Amino acid sequence: MWRFFHKLGSPKWFYGIALQLRPWLLWVGLALLLGGVVWGLAFAPKDYLQGNSYRIIYIHVPAALLAQSVYVMMAVAGVVTLVWRMKLADLFVRAVAPVGAVLTFLALFTGAVWGKPTWGTWWIWDARLTSMLILLFLYFGVIALGAAISDEKSSARAVAVLLLVGVVNIPIIKYSVEWWNTLHQPATFKLTEKPAMPAEMWVPLLLSVLGLYLIFGWLACLRMQTEILQRERRTRWVKELVKEAGY
Amino acid sequence: MPADPAMVVRSPEDSPGTFGAMRSLFLRDLRVAFRQKQDLLNPLLFFIMVVSLFPLGVSPEVSFLSRAGSGILWVAALLSVLLSLDHLFRHDYDDGTLEQLVLQPQSLFLLVLAKTLAHWVVTGLPLVLLSPVLGVMVHLEGNSLGMLCLTLLIGTPVLSLIGSIGAALTLGLRSAGVLLSLLIIPLYIPVLIFGTGTVAAAAEGAPVGAYIALMGAFLVLAVTLAPFATAAALRISLSNS
Amino acid sequence: MSEPLLQAVNLECERDDRVLFRDLSVAIVPGTLTRVEGPNGTGKTTLLRILAGLSDHYSGQVLWRGEPRNHRREEFARNLLYIGHKPGIKPLLTPMENLRSLVSGRRPLSDDVLSQALEGTGLAGFQTVPCRNLSAGQQRRVALARLLVSDEPLWILDEAFTAIDHHGVAALENLLQERARQGGAVIVTTHHDMDLPDMKRVTLGGLHAG
Repeated sequence: MWRFFHKLGSPKWFYGIALQLRPWLLWVGLALLLGGVVWGLAFAPKDYLQGNSYRIIYIHVPAALLAQSVYVMMAVAGVVTLVWRMKLADLFVRAVAPVGAVLTFLALFTGAVWGKPTWGTWWIWDARLTSMLILLFLYFGVIALGAAISDEKSSARAVAVLLLVGVVNIPIIKYSVEWWNTLHQPATFKLTEKPAMPAEMWVPLLLSVLGLYLIFGWLACLRMQTEILQRERRTRWVKELVKEAGY
Repeated sequence: MPADPAMVVRSPEDSPGTFGAMRSLFLRDLRVAFRQKQDLLNPLLFFIMVVSLFPLGVSPEVSFLSRAGSGILWVAALLSVLLSLDHLFRHDYDDGTLEQLVLQPQSLFLLVLAKTLAHWVVTGLPLVLLSPVLGVMVHLEGNSLGMLCLTLLIGTPVLSLIGSIGAALTLGLRSAGVLLSLLIIPLYIPVLIFGTGTVAAAAEGAPVGAYIALMGAFLVLAVTLAPFATAAALRISLSNS
Repeated sequence: MSEPLLQAVNLECERDDRVLFRDLSVAIVPGTLTRVEGPNGTGKTTLLRILAGLSDHYSGQVLWRGEPRNHRREEFARNLLYIGHKPGIKPLLTPMENLRSLVSGRRPLSDDVLSQALEGTGLAGFQTVPCRNLSAGQQRRVALARLLVSDEPLWILDEAFTAIDHHGVAALENLLQERARQGGAVIVTTHHDMDLPDMKRVTLGGLHAG
């Protein structure tokens, strides 16, 4: 068990695995995402209420879903950092935090674009959008704290503590924002809450969600590999790797 | 060589209980705070000034102020707690008493709790006591005014507790103040929402018992969880120095 | 020879991509005075902080009476007296108040005892002056007064002699030796060349000799 963990924590071992995994993640992910998006944008039926503007969900929903789960994944990695001191967990956090922030921003941006035809204005303090905005703040905090502490180990552990505090707060934030929303503007038109979506609408959505997850996996691997090379630049295996590559 | 009886290894029970240690830490912090009276006054002055910006910057109309007043006071209180957090561990860190605190045989969780309580008594509590005066200045009416004080009374300790996590995480860093705000403001949002929401509900004559209970739940949650995170963060920050 | 109080096994410490020490093993036995020495920047303070449990930037093991220290954190804390670079003195409090709050978590002592300890370090008459009005050496002496009332068998003193005058240095050296004779264990770093009979040495900085 311990040996397994140790191996799992070894950046060199991960580097090799990631190298093999990456093409699969990328091509399968791209195929799914493109399939889902093209199907959704071009072939799925019109929405009886919103017309064509609803089609932005094929980008908005995957981005929003992934943005939230990336934060949770980072928090899980934070637990691993604190309990087992695994280097890889911190590498993961560092590699995906900016990705998560960009996804959150993307979700906000597409939400605003969608809001224009739906509400007639770019921004409404809708519960979901507001929650996403706060999530973006949480991402900023994680990135800023990670950058402020120069020592690798301290930085990893401080960020892990912050992530845990954040993940405990996310449900509380979501709940209170929803409550706040009903308090201030009852019964507005909600963006994504549709009673029943026909299969021609949700199957492409599912495809694009899956695709984006895989592409996220690819990007995470790539960024982690870069970070590994940077951190382990003094070790023999990295030097040999560089030599083999012919630099 | 016979060891001197004074040199035997002590068991941890051979020290004053945790409560005694908490009490003495709490009193020490109060004493230090009252020797530096200007530091006590500054967050209060800040609170008053921020509140007075709103009538000047937005509108002095009674209808606006009485509607927005509770929110203004809450935001101002939140900001002045935030401003005072930098002091929570900074002096102890600089003079080395924080190291001694971490090395005490008692649980760091409870010592942190005692310290945070002392911090609230010298920052949060004066804000609560001052809030009726400012509430009158922004034309809050009787019912709302009472509710505002009550929500601040329950809410400001939560602000101090959550804030202590950020203060511990940013200890010893350059530009810790701004970073601290970045980390903590998102976490303050639920307290702010329920604090002002409760006052708004009371103003409309809606029953607020459930909201008050919920804020109480926030407080319980913060008391039981935040010191864990703060204690862990303190060890990390000290480890780094 | 009695069993070691504190043991470090195969310590390795790396700060900012630089290895400070590697495969360092130290055993601290009751009745000994150990000086950690080495040029600047070789990790003396870091080692002391690791031994005291303030820093966990190391790999390897630290044992307290033969068991991993983290399993017996409270017992370890109760038996350790650590005085660091920063003496742990609040400038706004008087020496009496400082001393009282420093010992209160360990064992409450009467004001008479504390006052005597302060007199013992040469602070007679200063007991009620706020520490910010005292000199650096006097502030250091407030912290050192803890040694006179200590019942902890393990002392870790980082740069204990900083800002102390000649006379004080001699008295402190005596105190440390006396402590070791009585069966206490003392670990120190000093900036002056301390050379006492029976003193053990841990020398750092060997890694970069070549």
